[in-house]
Amino acid sequence: MAIIEEPLALESGQADIAERPLGVMTRPQEGNGWRDWLSSVDHKRIGIMYGVAAMFFFIVGGIEALLIRTQLAFPEQGFLSPQLYNEIYTMHGVTMVFLFIMPLAAAFANYLIPLQIGARDVAFPRLNALSFWIWISGAIFLNSSWLVGGGGADCGWFCYSPNSGVIFSPSHGVDFYAIGLLIAGIASLVSSVNLIVTVLNMRAPGMTLFRMPVLTWMLLVTQFLLAFALPVITVALFLLLFDRVFDSQFFDPEAGADPLLWQHLFWIFGHPEVYIIILPSFGIISEIIPTFSRKPIFGYSFMVFSGIAIGFMGWGVWAHHMFVSGIGPISVLAFSLSTMFIAVPTGVKILNWLATMWGGKLRFTTAMLFAVGTVGMFTIGGLSGVTHALAPADTQQTDTYYIVAHFHYVIFGGGVMGLMAGAYFWWPKIFGHMLNEARGKIHFWISMVGLNLTFGPMHVLGLQGMSRRIDTYSEGFGFAFWNLMATIGAYIIAISVAYFIYNAFRSRKEAVDLPNPGPDPWDARSLEWSIPSPTPAHNFDEIPTVESQDEWWHRKYAFDENNNVIRIATPEEAAQKGDGEGVHLPSPSFWPLVLAVGLPLIGYGIIFNLWLCVLGGLLTAGAIYSWALEPVDDPNAGHGHGDHGDDDDPDDHSDDEGDAVAVGADDSAGDA
Amino acid sequence: MSTATADTHTEHDPHATNTGISNTKLAMWLFLGTECLLFGGLISTYLLYKTRGNGKTLPTDIFDIPFTSVSSFVLLMSSLTMVLALSALQRGDVERSRGWLLTTAMLGGVFVGGQVYEFTSFYREGIGFTTNPASSAFFTLTGFHGVHVSLGILMLMSLVVASMQGRLKPQNAETVEIVGLYWHFVDIVWIFIFTVIYLIPAE
Amino acid sequence: MSESATDTAVGADDTDDDDHAHHPSDAEYIKIALVLALITGVEVFTYFESVLDWGAFLIPSLMVMMVVKFWLVARMFMHLKADKPILSQFFVTGIVMAVAVYMVTLLAFNFF
Repeated sequence: MAIIEEPLALESGQADIAERPLGVMTRPQEGNGWRDWLSSVDHKRIGIMYGVAAMFFFIVGGIEALLIRTQLAFPEQGFLSPQLYNEIYTMHGVTMVFLFIMPLAAAFANYLIPLQIGARDVAFPRLNALSFWIWISGAIFLNSSWLVGGGGADCGWFCYSPNSGVIFSPSHGVDFYAIGLLIAGIASLVSSVNLIVTVLNMRAPGMTLFRMPVLTWMLLVTQFLLAFALPVITVALFLLLFDRVFDSQFFDPEAGADPLLWQHLFWIFGHPEVYIIILPSFGIISEIIPTFSRKPIFGYSFMVFSGIAIGFMGWGVWAHHMFVSGIGPISVLAFSLSTMFIAVPTGVKILNWLATMWGGKLRFTTAMLFAVGTVGMFTIGGLSGVTHALAPADTQQTDTYYIVAHFHYVIFGGGVMGLMAGAYFWWPKIFGHMLNEARGKIHFWISMVGLNLTFGPMHVLGLQGMSRRIDTYSEGFGFAFWNLMATIGAYIIAISVAYFIYNAFRSRKEAVDLPNPGPDPWDARSLEWSIPSPTPAHNFDEIPTVESQDEWWHRKYAFDENNNVIRIATPEEAAQKGDGEGVHLPSPSFWPLVLAVGLPLIGYGIIFNLWLCVLGGLLTAGAIYSWALEPVDDPNAGHGHGDHGDDDDPDDHSDDEGDAVAVGADDSAGDA
Repeated sequence: MSTATADTHTEHDPHATNTGISNTKLAMWLFLGTECLLFGGLISTYLLYKTRGNGKTLPTDIFDIPFTSVSSFVLLMSSLTMVLALSALQRGDVERSRGWLLTTAMLGGVFVGGQVYEFTSFYREGIGFTTNPASSAFFTLTGFHGVHVSLGILMLMSLVVASMQGRLKPQNAETVEIVGLYWHFVDIVWIFIFTVIYLIPAE
Repeated sequence: MSESATDTAVGADDTDDDDHAHHPSDAEYIKIALVLALITGVEVFTYFESVLDWGAFLIPSLMVMMVVKFWLVARMFMHLKADKPILSQFFVTGIVMAVAVYMVTLLAFNFF
């Protein structure tokens, strides 16, 4: 958000807003209305929008889950037709992975990375906004399949060929799946490049890579995974789309093609994808556990290197999703071995979290409960994962509910619980008030009961032979009891989510009568806690100079001669005050939103009418040019400093991506 | 990046990055790294399918190597003109840089024209996009490459127009460099495609 | 992802990337282009098998020539030789990962 100040006189020699290339373009100023959110390029606002939208899709995916569980509560129910069941479980998976958990992690990444490294924004603020708007337009496009596509995609989230072809999936659902994910993939790719450049290039003085918080490291690895994995699924989705729309011959066995190609391409993406899902949560709890153990993270280097190792090794295990697909014993052996190895770096992390807690002064706030819960639940999921690595065992387990149990324990128990921990931890920083702790603990316990009651029995069901992806089961198999338990558990999870939302709203209401929590209500360790809550628009009054890991901690505490920890400053004393006098921030822009709208139009055009493609293409292209041509900053925005020096030509628009502006540099180094 | 004293001149230095490389350049190289995964997937798909003709003609049966060699050469030379464009702008010679940019775009256009000609003649010889797995893979790979070249031509022409409007000056050389990186990458991909797809004969 | 030596410095110490001692001149660029053209000529020459039987050397030679061209364009035209290593690292990482995963995939298809 730009600090709106009285426009100062521009340096002599600079004309006032002389050249407007197309005669109409200025940059908007940022305020607090809804239009300001639409044009915001502030990483914090973008993060909040990701979070809110992700929670909305959590509910969508959750309703889909409840429909599944309701159908499966009793044997031989006809609550959902088989076709509808396929659509619901497909969209449940797609929604939860791409529209809930990834964007919720993105919310934390966007909000926290600049703060944790001591920057004022990301490298390319407008591209950041673009990522959000493209993602949400892809999300809406994907779900519009229910209304205009003849139903949801019905091929499973992994959408295997030839089931995904027009013969077996004749509605447009799979087309919406392919195009929707292509669109959302662009968002993540752009965002990953943005955040990597931010972390590598925009750290505060003294913030070496090995002084960065573990969360930033895990998010950095996640961005690299996203950047390199997304192109692979992009290829797969295009091949699928071309087969369906143009009748190309990529997956038709009768033409001599090999459906297994899809599986390889999908899982080369799909396996790094699950590390993309879990690493942010690992990072989050790596911040929370030290804070509430009042100890630094045990084995910082090991935490960093194990994260990097997971990132690398995650590329070598994908065909463990294909053990029974006929790839042959040598491939199976190779991938079985690699999969066993990847448990090692994760095990390192679990040990380090436990070692951090060991001997620490533990405080079980809600965030800490969720963090510890994450460790526990992920361990359970990880143990079943290890059993899958043994290919002969997996031959029994695959395509049964045992697998469903595994991945829900790691994704929900590990991923979601970690994100919930993060929500409770950073809520005061983001919103300026705490989430009520008493209600938070109730939320935690309801979640734990719900999660374990839903997914625990699935281990049993799977080992008893219940298949995945079946819309019902017969009476005599003995699956009825645990399915009913799982359904009850699912409803308990729903209650926990509803309770969380209730807590969010109620806490906000109650906060009116409560004092501001201050910059550092948890007595935490990293730089985001050194500034007021909620975070001021400009982040830091002064970019801090960093001298150690846990920099903020070391500004509050030191060691005396006996190596005891002594306080040298209170948070209020050591924190920055929030006076953004004269800080220049990147100006907002509407073009990212406009560009994003063009993409689903192209998508609708591919499916329904090619003229829409032309329209969408023109909109997208027009937005790109307008973006490149709009003034780098609104010359009327407050600058504050009198000493601009010799700025670049303010009418220089040829640099369409531009350099970072947000590091307090207030010349016209363009933002992008 | 500024020090604790926020008002020092360094805070105004737009080039201040931890790595010493501009954000845009770092971003473009990262993007090009990811594009390797994209083209790798398309190339592998073609390699897997190149002999699967479903009883019909294969692309390898009707390659016109001399023709494709000429268009490959044209694209290769466009990398030269691209780097000359950058070099001219860095020296301050805006006019010459504009000329080289235009030449690069035109050479790219010749390449794309050659691709279009090749595709249409293949179609006349019985290989279309949907004929068999081999043809689908071939056209997808070369089509994606062609789209990348075309987008590059658009970017180059935008730079030419900007230059004509006096907005592409020596201090904007980095923009030309960034477009150049993209262009060279697209050329490199073709170097790979030309050898692996065209020259290495089918089994 | 290596840590640059300029990390803790305020800003880059050798500033502008465009400002390198080893900036090839136009003449050098043209020379490189001639080499590239020459290699292309040799590659195309292999197509005309009747003149020379390459036998088992064909594919390795073509691959070598391809790599040389690739390397020249990347190192010289794209300036990687004179730039900071991290840029090469990004590019090489992409190439290595692509080659690795796709070769494994082709292996799984018994392509070789």
